[in-house]
Amino acid sequence: MARDYPNGLWIKCDNCGEILYKKTIEKNFFICSKCNYHFRISHKKYIEYLLDDGKLEEYDSDLETNDPLNFPQYKEKLIQAQKTLGIKDAYVYGLGKIDNIQIVFGAMEFGFIGGSMGTVVGEKVARSFRLATQLNIPIIIVCTSGGARMQEGIFSLMQVAKTSLEVGISDRKGIPYISILTNPCYAGVMASFASLGDIIIAEPGAMLGFTGPRVIEETIKQKLPEGFQKAEFLLTHGFVDLVVPRWDLRRTLIRLLNIIWRK
Amino acid sequence: MKEYLDFEKPIVKLIEKIEEAKKKGNEDKLKRLENALIKVKKKIFEKITPWQRVLLARHPQRPYTLDYIERITDDFIELHGDRRFGDDLAIIGGIGKIDEFSCVIVGHQKGRDTKEKLRRNFGMPHPEGYRKALRIMKLAEKYNLPIISFIDTPGAFPGIGAEERGQAEAIAETIKEMSLLTVPIIVVIIGEGGSGGALAIAIGNRILMMENAIYSVISPEGCASILWRDGTKAEKAAEMLKLTALELLEFGVIDEIVKEPLGGAHQDWDESARILKEVILRNLKEVIKLSKEEILNERIEKFRRMGI
Ligand SMILES: [Zn+2]
Repeated sequence: MARDYPNGLWIKCDNCGEILYKKTIEKNFFICSKCNYHFRISHKKYIEYLLDDGKLEEYDSDLETNDPLNFPQYKEKLIQAQKTLGIKDAYVYGLGKIDNIQIVFGAMEFGFIGGSMGTVVGEKVARSFRLATQLNIPIIIVCTSGGARMQEGIFSLMQVAKTSLEVGISDRKGIPYISILTNPCYAGVMASFASLGDIIIAEPGAMLGFTGPRVIEETIKQKLPEGFQKAEFLLTHGFVDLVVPRWDLRRTLIRLLNIIWRK
Repeated sequence: MKEYLDFEKPIVKLIEKIEEAKKKGNEDKLKRLENALIKVKKKIFEKITPWQRVLLARHPQRPYTLDYIERITDDFIELHGDRRFGDDLAIIGGIGKIDEFSCVIVGHQKGRDTKEKLRRNFGMPHPEGYRKALRIMKLAEKYNLPIISFIDTPGAFPGIGAEERGQAEAIAETIKEMSLLTVPIIVVIIGEGGSGGALAIAIGNRILMMENAIYSVISPEGCASILWRDGTKAEKAAEMLKLTALELLEFGVIDEIVKEPLGGAHQDWDESARILKEVILRNLKEVIKLSKEEILNERIEKFRRMGI
């Protein structure tokens, strides 16, 4: 994560170390002007960048976990995240428009316990697909996640099933689904709806996979190849359709939607 | 030498003594020892901890998928390969007969000795394993056969090839397609239900779980190392994760616990398989009565209820 400098005017690039003027970076979609590194941004920014007038009519914003395992220190962690981010869990969805085409739009928030998927994220993602099916409109989800919400144990694993099956059901009803993979996206989310888009877009340099690189290295006791699990790596291996820089995401979505939906 | 767990020591000692008494033909002593064995087993298993269940689920002598298939089916023909890349031996699949029922069987497969363990990759599948399982399950849909799925894996394999060939996509696709099949699916967690790698072939109308099996989103060791940066605190993590059959039954994540012989499934493979077969057949007979639409809806609603 980019560390703010004390005066708040400057940001250091995590990738190339360049000190950047914050205002410039903001205008440049939080992309490093020197090395093209895409800074991690909040779900709010994606709403702003991708939707018409940056407007989302949010659904189920009050849905909260009931801490099904009564997991030690989980409640404190939740309250902290909720306070800091002003959302109840790591996924936000609702209705929005892109180029005046009505869509269901969802976005994950990595800042909320690593964008992990627990019962709330799972249920809301499932409802997103049901809403799209009900209204017969396309669905677009911006994915970022460290994986399952460990603190919700088996229930978080079950969300992998719940969300995947909803993708399947909406798919059979002919609902277009575009998933946008951003840095990072792993494990339970990657092994469910994130990987199941009709069209899968990834931001440049995003780290994407099933198992995190550190665990793989520890298991196989081997150095990982250069560029392993980056968006471009997935593109060459056939698991991503397009690698699109953030500044061009909205335009790309407009082009896609105009071809597949406004016929 | 038979391998055993620390807490099993009193059991193993008694079994050795029983063998001795049998050889000597000492009937009186034999009877006394056998009674003592039951008592000791009961005592140990009465207050068994979640961590001990983890160890039992991973017990080196525990029956694996093919051990059950051998005992449960009257005929079984293993099918191979995903038609795309290769044949992953960490997952097996095929067609067979259980009593009068023709069915498709898939499952994770661990290896017993070192050579076999490596060949089976410790029961940790690559993407082609899931794609093979899905291919064979689609035959079930085509031939209108029920599916029995055996779950026993530490998890999907974390490796370079697995990532290059789309481990995440393979799991997601298998789950999605399996959940939309219209034939009865009976899932049995026989040992380790290790996260997404287990779930990938665990979308059933009935989820059965052996008494000493575990099912979890993360291994206790993994959980402990995240929480306390100390994998040795796995014992505590095993408690927190609520990964035992009893807890999962209470949660409604599984439908039924399959009894194991006293002392665990590894004490008596034949008896374990006999009990399991009975439970599988009873559940299968229930689901098979439903129409295709009902079978599909029942499964969808089941997973929709998981969580909130
Ligand atoms: Zn840079």
